Amino acid sequence: MANLINILDLSVEEIDRLMDLADDIMADPEKYNESCKHKILATLFFEPSTRTRLSFESAMLSLGGEVLGFSEAASSSSAKGESVADTITVVSGYSDIIAMRHPKEGAPVIGAEHALVPIINAGDGGHYHPTQTLADLLTIRHELGRMSGLKIGVCGDLKFGRTVHSLIEAMSRYDDNEFYLISPEELKLPGFVKNEYIIDKNIPYKETGSLEDCIGELDILYMTRVQRERFFNEEDYLRLRDCFILTEEKMKDAREDMIVMHPLPRVNEIQTAVDKDKRACYFKQTVYGKYMRMALILKLLEVEV
Amino acid sequence: MNIDSIQNGFVIDHIQAGKGMDLYHFLELDKLDMPVAMIMGAFSRKTGKKDIIKIDGEVDINIDAIGYVDPGATVTIIKNGQIVEKRKIEEPEILTDVIYCKNPRCITSTEQEIRHVFRLTDKSRHEYRCIYCDARG
Ligand SMILES: [Zn+2]
Repeated sequence: MANLINILDLSVEEIDRLMDLADDIMADPEKYNESCKHKILATLFFEPSTRTRLSFESAMLSLGGEVLGFSEAASSSSAKGESVADTITVVSGYSDIIAMRHPKEGAPVIGAEHALVPIINAGDGGHYHPTQTLADLLTIRHELGRMSGLKIGVCGDLKFGRTVHSLIEAMSRYDDNEFYLISPEELKLPGFVKNEYIIDKNIPYKETGSLEDCIGELDILYMTRVQRERFFNEEDYLRLRDCFILTEEKMKDAREDMIVMHPLPRVNEIQTAVDKDKRACYFKQTVYGKYMRMALILKLLEVEV
Repeated sequence: MNIDSIQNGFVIDHIQAGKGMDLYHFLELDKLDMPVAMIMGAFSRKTGKKDIIKIDGEVDINIDAIGYVDPGATVTIIKNGQIVEKRKIEEPEILTDVIYCKNPRCITSTEQEIRHVFRLTDKSRHEYRCIYCDARG
């Protein structure tokens, strides 16, 4: 593993080992706090994403390393028309590892072709965001203690929600999982994801438009945002949005040990009243994300502690 | 042009009947400054009918492009009136600058001087995907 572009670049074993490492870091962070001393992480954000950038920077700083970079294209040379290839070539001379985010799909592939150091895809348009998926996976394993035999509900925008696609791809590789695809008709899971990762693998699944109908069966409820711009008219949007909002009321029907996840930022699809419920894991998810990024940086830099 | 006696050139044979013109346009043979013959619906022992293209002249033809349009075709290279090579075409694993990514969100739409590369991702479906954005070719 020299780069991480897509979550499927990692085998199940590699992901499991990364999670073991993240667990070890969590258990004893001090052991790792100088493990990347004198190493530099470049965070090249050709489009802004403050949360993701801060998570990477916090991860590197917690390993005793240094960070440099830019947080939007306007402050980088790409604003003057420099190609991704040239920017990456130059920056790989200044750093030991690069996390890059870019609005265009596939930009990190160019990064990987030109960099002399490992590249981590920190999001390329609506395409891939593998460190989000790593955060999701660690959340599941840590909170539920297992990766298989789970009833996984994904709710909201399943059509455009890339985090949902990656989560399904990743969880379909573990045994005995089942999927509940909960969305309005207009935002159903695209055929190519459903065919390749669910139907072709004979994984049981249910498609439904009602969260209430199935919430009681779930081990995991993964919420996503239903965005206004996906709808032609306001009426449809408002009608549907409310069906896919998680409320305290709906949580009453959920199991005691179910976990609620969300890739954040949340807008209104989870009532803030749910935040204090012990089953709400979406803020913990960001913490797990930092530890997974730490594990990934160590792995890509081949640092042994 | 005597289409049976090419001195230096190519014969693309065993083209699936009806695909000859597609291939002619895809290879941009209309832009060549040399005689090109198209034989459509010729007799084929194997398939009943086939198309044949003959190019009378030396030119770089893109074998991968032929493999993309019709992997069943064959190419015969002729030099000084002699057959020097007969090649069975295969579906190429990688296509470079043969087809172009049309996804407006793909990095190929903005990055300068980038080659458009597609990988064969599903042989049974003859499916190629952009190595950058995974869009189908
Ligand atoms: Zn593309």
